[in-house]
Amino acid sequence: MKAELFSIVDNPIIVDDVIQQVQSVNAGAITVFIGTVRELTNGKRTLYLEYQAYESMAVKKLAEIGEEIKSKWPGTIAAITHRVGRLEISDVAVVIAVSSPHRKEAYEANEYAIERIKEMVPIWKKEYWEDGTKWIGDQLQKVSYE
Amino acid sequence: MIKILFFAGLQEEIDSDSLMMESAEATVQEVKRYVQSIYPNVDLQQVIAAVNEEFSNGDDIVKSGDIIAFLPPVSGG
Repeated sequence: MKAELFSIVDNPIIVDDVIQQVQSVNAGAITVFIGTVRELTNGKRTLYLEYQAYESMAVKKLAEIGEEIKSKWPGTIAAITHRVGRLEISDVAVVIAVSSPHRKEAYEANEYAIERIKEMVPIWKKEYWEDGTKWIGDQLQKVSYE
Repeated sequence: MIKILFFAGLQEEIDSDSLMMESAEATVQEVKRYVQSIYPNVDLQQVIAAVNEEFSNGDDIVKSGDIIAFLPPVSGG
Protein backbone atom coordinates (compact mmCIF):
# COMPACT_ATOMS: atom_id res chain seq x y z
CA MET A 1 0.00 0.00 0.00
CA LYS A 2 1.43 3.39 -0.98
CA ALA A 3 0.48 5.83 1.73
CA GLU A 4 0.12 9.57 1.20
CA LEU A 5 3.16 11.76 1.90
CA PHE A 6 1.10 13.93 4.22
CA SER A 7 -1.55 12.36 6.35
CA ILE A 8 -3.56 12.42 9.56
CA VAL A 9 -4.24 8.98 11.01
CA ASP A 10 -6.18 7.71 14.01
CA ASN A 11 -4.20 4.53 14.54
CA PRO A 12 -0.58 3.89 15.59
CA ILE A 13 2.02 5.30 13.17
CA ILE A 14 4.45 2.77 11.71
CA VAL A 15 7.67 4.77 11.53
CA ASP A 16 9.16 2.63 8.79
CA ASP A 17 6.20 3.34 6.50
CA VAL A 18 6.92 7.08 6.70
CA ILE A 19 10.62 6.50 5.99
CA GLN A 20 9.82 4.38 2.95
CA GLN A 21 7.84 7.24 1.41
CA VAL A 22 10.95 9.45 1.11
CA GLN A 23 13.38 6.79 -0.03
CA SER A 24 15.08 7.67 -3.29
CA VAL A 25 18.15 6.58 -5.24
CA ASN A 26 19.24 10.24 -5.08
CA ALA A 27 19.17 10.29 -1.29
CA GLY A 28 22.38 10.15 0.70
CA ALA A 29 20.60 10.83 3.99
CA ILE A 30 17.21 10.42 5.62
CA THR A 31 16.44 12.19 8.90
CA VAL A 32 13.50 11.06 11.00
CA PHE A 33 11.84 13.05 13.76
CA ILE A 34 9.55 11.14 16.09
CA GLY A 35 7.39 13.24 18.39
CA THR A 36 6.27 11.23 21.42
CA VAL A 37 3.95 11.78 24.36
CA ARG A 38 5.86 13.04 27.41
CA GLU A 39 4.79 12.09 30.92
CA LEU A 40 6.18 15.06 32.88
CA THR A 41 5.98 18.71 31.89
CA ASN A 42 7.31 21.14 34.50
CA GLY A 43 6.67 18.52 37.15
CA LYS A 44 3.07 17.91 36.12
CA ARG A 45 2.16 14.32 35.30
CA THR A 46 0.22 13.66 32.13
CA LEU A 47 -2.04 10.60 32.20
CA TYR A 48 -2.78 10.62 28.46
CA LEU A 49 -3.42 13.04 25.61
CA GLU A 50 -6.11 13.57 23.06
CA TYR A 51 -5.26 15.13 19.71
CA GLN A 52 -7.87 16.67 17.47
CA ALA A 53 -7.39 17.95 13.91
CA TYR A 54 -9.34 19.93 11.35
CA GLU A 55 -8.38 17.07 9.14
CA SER A 56 -8.95 18.33 5.60
CA MET A 57 -7.18 21.61 6.32
CA ALA A 58 -4.41 19.91 8.30
CA VAL A 59 -3.54 17.60 5.38
CA LYS A 60 -3.51 20.60 3.05
CA LYS A 61 -1.21 22.57 5.36
CA LEU A 62 1.14 19.61 5.81
CA ALA A 63 1.43 19.39 2.02
CA GLU A 64 2.18 23.13 1.91
CA ILE A 65 5.03 22.59 4.37
CA GLY A 66 6.30 19.87 2.01
CA GLU A 67 6.24 22.38 -0.86
CA GLU A 68 8.06 25.00 1.23
CA ILE A 69 10.76 22.46 2.05
CA LYS A 70 11.12 21.47 -1.58
CA SER A 71 11.72 25.06 -2.66
CA LYS A 72 14.02 25.93 0.26
CA TRP A 73 16.12 22.76 -0.02
CA PRO A 74 15.91 21.52 -3.62
CA GLY A 75 16.29 17.78 -3.97
CA THR A 76 14.68 16.96 -0.64
CA ILE A 77 11.54 14.85 -0.18
CA ALA A 78 9.47 15.19 2.98
CA ALA A 79 6.73 13.00 4.45
CA ILE A 80 4.72 13.80 7.56
CA THR A 81 2.19 11.64 9.42
CA HIS A 82 0.36 12.99 12.48
CA ARG A 83 -1.82 10.88 14.71
CA VAL A 84 -5.07 12.04 16.34
CA GLY A 85 -7.32 10.60 19.04
CA ARG A 86 -6.26 9.27 22.43
CA LEU A 87 -2.52 8.72 22.89
CA GLU A 88 -0.80 7.15 25.88
CA ILE A 89 2.60 8.09 27.36
CA SER A 90 5.43 7.27 24.90
CA ASP A 91 3.05 6.85 21.97
CA VAL A 92 4.19 8.36 18.68
CA ALA A 93 2.21 11.51 17.84
CA VAL A 94 4.04 12.66 14.73
CA VAL A 95 6.70 11.33 12.37
CA ILE A 96 8.61 13.53 9.92
CA ALA A 97 10.98 11.93 7.41
CA VAL A 98 13.14 13.97 5.04
CA SER A 99 15.51 12.57 2.45
CA SER A 100 18.15 14.60 0.63
CA PRO A 101 21.34 14.02 -1.34
CA HIS A 102 23.42 15.32 1.62
CA ARG A 103 22.74 15.16 5.35
CA LYS A 104 22.81 18.86 6.24
CA GLU A 105 19.68 19.65 4.23
CA ALA A 106 17.87 16.65 5.67
CA TYR A 107 18.55 17.83 9.24
CA GLU A 108 17.63 21.45 8.55
CA ALA A 109 14.48 20.66 6.62
CA ASN A 110 13.31 18.25 9.29
CA GLU A 111 13.56 20.83 12.07
CA TYR A 112 11.88 23.41 9.85
CA ALA A 113 8.96 21.01 9.36
CA ILE A 114 8.15 20.60 13.06
CA GLU A 115 8.38 24.34 13.69
CA ARG A 116 5.99 25.03 10.81
CA ILE A 117 3.59 22.33 12.01
CA LYS A 118 3.27 24.16 15.32
CA GLU A 119 2.67 27.43 13.50
CA MET A 120 0.19 26.57 10.81
CA VAL A 121 -1.37 23.12 11.05
CA PRO A 122 -4.76 22.99 12.80
CA ILE A 123 -4.08 20.24 15.32
CA TRP A 124 -4.77 20.60 19.03
CA LYS A 125 -3.92 18.50 22.03
CA LYS A 126 -5.82 18.08 25.22
CA GLU A 127 -3.85 17.19 28.32
CA TYR A 128 -5.45 14.85 30.85
CA TRP A 129 -3.90 15.23 34.28
CA GLU A 130 -4.82 13.66 37.60
CA ASP A 131 -6.47 16.91 38.66
CA GLY A 132 -8.00 18.14 35.44
CA THR A 133 -7.74 18.76 31.72
CA LYS A 134 -6.66 21.54 29.41
CA TRP A 135 -6.43 22.22 25.69
CA ILE A 136 -2.88 23.28 24.93
CA GLY A 137 -2.05 25.77 22.24
CA ASP A 138 1.62 26.45 22.71
CA GLN A 139 2.15 28.08 19.33
CA LEU A 140 1.34 31.56 20.59
CA GLN A 141 2.31 30.59 24.13
CA LYS A 142 -0.94 32.04 25.35
CA VAL A 143 -1.93 28.82 27.05
CA SER A 144 0.97 27.42 29.00
CA TYR A 145 1.43 24.41 31.21
CA GLU A 146 0.75 25.41 34.79
CA MET B 1 -26.12 29.45 4.34
CA ILE B 2 -22.65 29.71 5.80
CA LYS B 3 -21.30 26.74 7.75
CA ILE B 4 -19.27 27.55 10.86
CA LEU B 5 -16.99 24.93 12.43
CA PHE B 6 -15.57 24.89 15.97
CA PHE B 7 -12.57 22.97 17.27
CA ALA B 8 -10.75 22.00 20.45
CA GLY B 9 -11.58 24.06 23.54
CA LEU B 10 -13.98 26.25 21.61
CA GLN B 11 -15.96 23.19 20.50
CA GLU B 12 -16.26 22.10 24.14
CA GLU B 13 -17.27 25.52 25.41
CA ILE B 14 -19.96 25.86 22.77
CA ASP B 15 -20.86 22.18 23.14
CA SER B 16 -21.22 21.80 19.38
CA ASP B 17 -18.88 21.33 16.43
CA SER B 18 -20.82 23.48 13.97
CA LEU B 19 -23.43 26.18 13.43
CA MET B 20 -25.28 27.44 10.36
CA MET B 21 -25.62 31.16 9.60
CA GLU B 22 -28.44 32.28 7.32
CA SER B 23 -26.62 34.77 5.18
CA ALA B 24 -25.69 35.11 1.52
CA GLU B 25 -22.54 37.03 2.30
CA ALA B 26 -20.71 38.32 5.35
CA THR B 27 -17.24 39.37 6.38
CA VAL B 28 -15.26 37.16 8.76
CA GLN B 29 -15.73 39.86 11.38
CA GLU B 30 -19.52 39.74 10.93
CA VAL B 31 -19.55 35.95 11.28
CA LYS B 32 -17.53 36.32 14.47
CA ARG B 33 -20.04 38.85 15.82
CA TYR B 34 -22.89 36.49 14.92
CA VAL B 35 -21.27 33.65 16.89
CA GLN B 36 -20.58 36.03 19.76
CA SER B 37 -24.24 37.10 19.83
CA ILE B 38 -25.35 33.47 20.18
CA TYR B 39 -22.62 32.55 22.65
CA PRO B 40 -21.90 35.78 24.56
CA ASN B 41 -19.70 34.06 27.14
CA VAL B 42 -17.28 32.51 24.69
CA ASP B 43 -13.91 34.22 24.24
CA LEU B 44 -13.10 34.59 20.55
CA GLN B 45 -10.10 36.91 21.00
CA GLN B 46 -7.42 34.33 20.22
CA VAL B 47 -9.46 32.56 17.60
CA ILE B 48 -8.18 32.57 14.02
CA ALA B 49 -10.68 32.05 11.23
CA ALA B 50 -10.07 29.86 8.18
CA VAL B 51 -12.33 30.24 5.17
CA ASN B 52 -12.50 27.15 2.97
CA GLU B 53 -9.38 25.81 4.69
CA GLU B 54 -7.27 28.96 4.23
CA PHE B 55 -6.27 31.36 7.01
CA SER B 56 -8.16 34.63 6.67
CA ASN B 57 -8.43 38.04 8.24
CA GLY B 58 -11.42 40.01 9.44
CA ASP B 59 -12.17 41.74 6.15
CA ASP B 60 -12.35 38.59 4.05
CA ILE B 61 -15.74 37.77 2.59
CA VAL B 62 -17.57 34.56 3.36
CA LYS B 63 -20.28 33.52 0.90
CA SER B 64 -23.20 31.12 1.13
CA GLY B 65 -21.85 27.60 0.72
CA ASP B 66 -18.47 28.50 2.20
CA ILE B 67 -17.13 26.86 5.33
CA ILE B 68 -15.59 29.07 8.00
CA ALA B 69 -13.67 27.36 10.77
CA PHE B 70 -12.87 29.00 14.10
CA LEU B 71 -9.46 27.78 15.20
CA PRO B 72 -8.08 28.26 18.68
CA PRO B 73 -4.25 28.60 18.67
CA VAL B 74 -2.85 25.36 17.25
CA SER B 75 -0.43 22.93 18.78
CA GLY B 76 0.53 20.01 16.60
CA GLY B 77 3.60 17.91 17.19
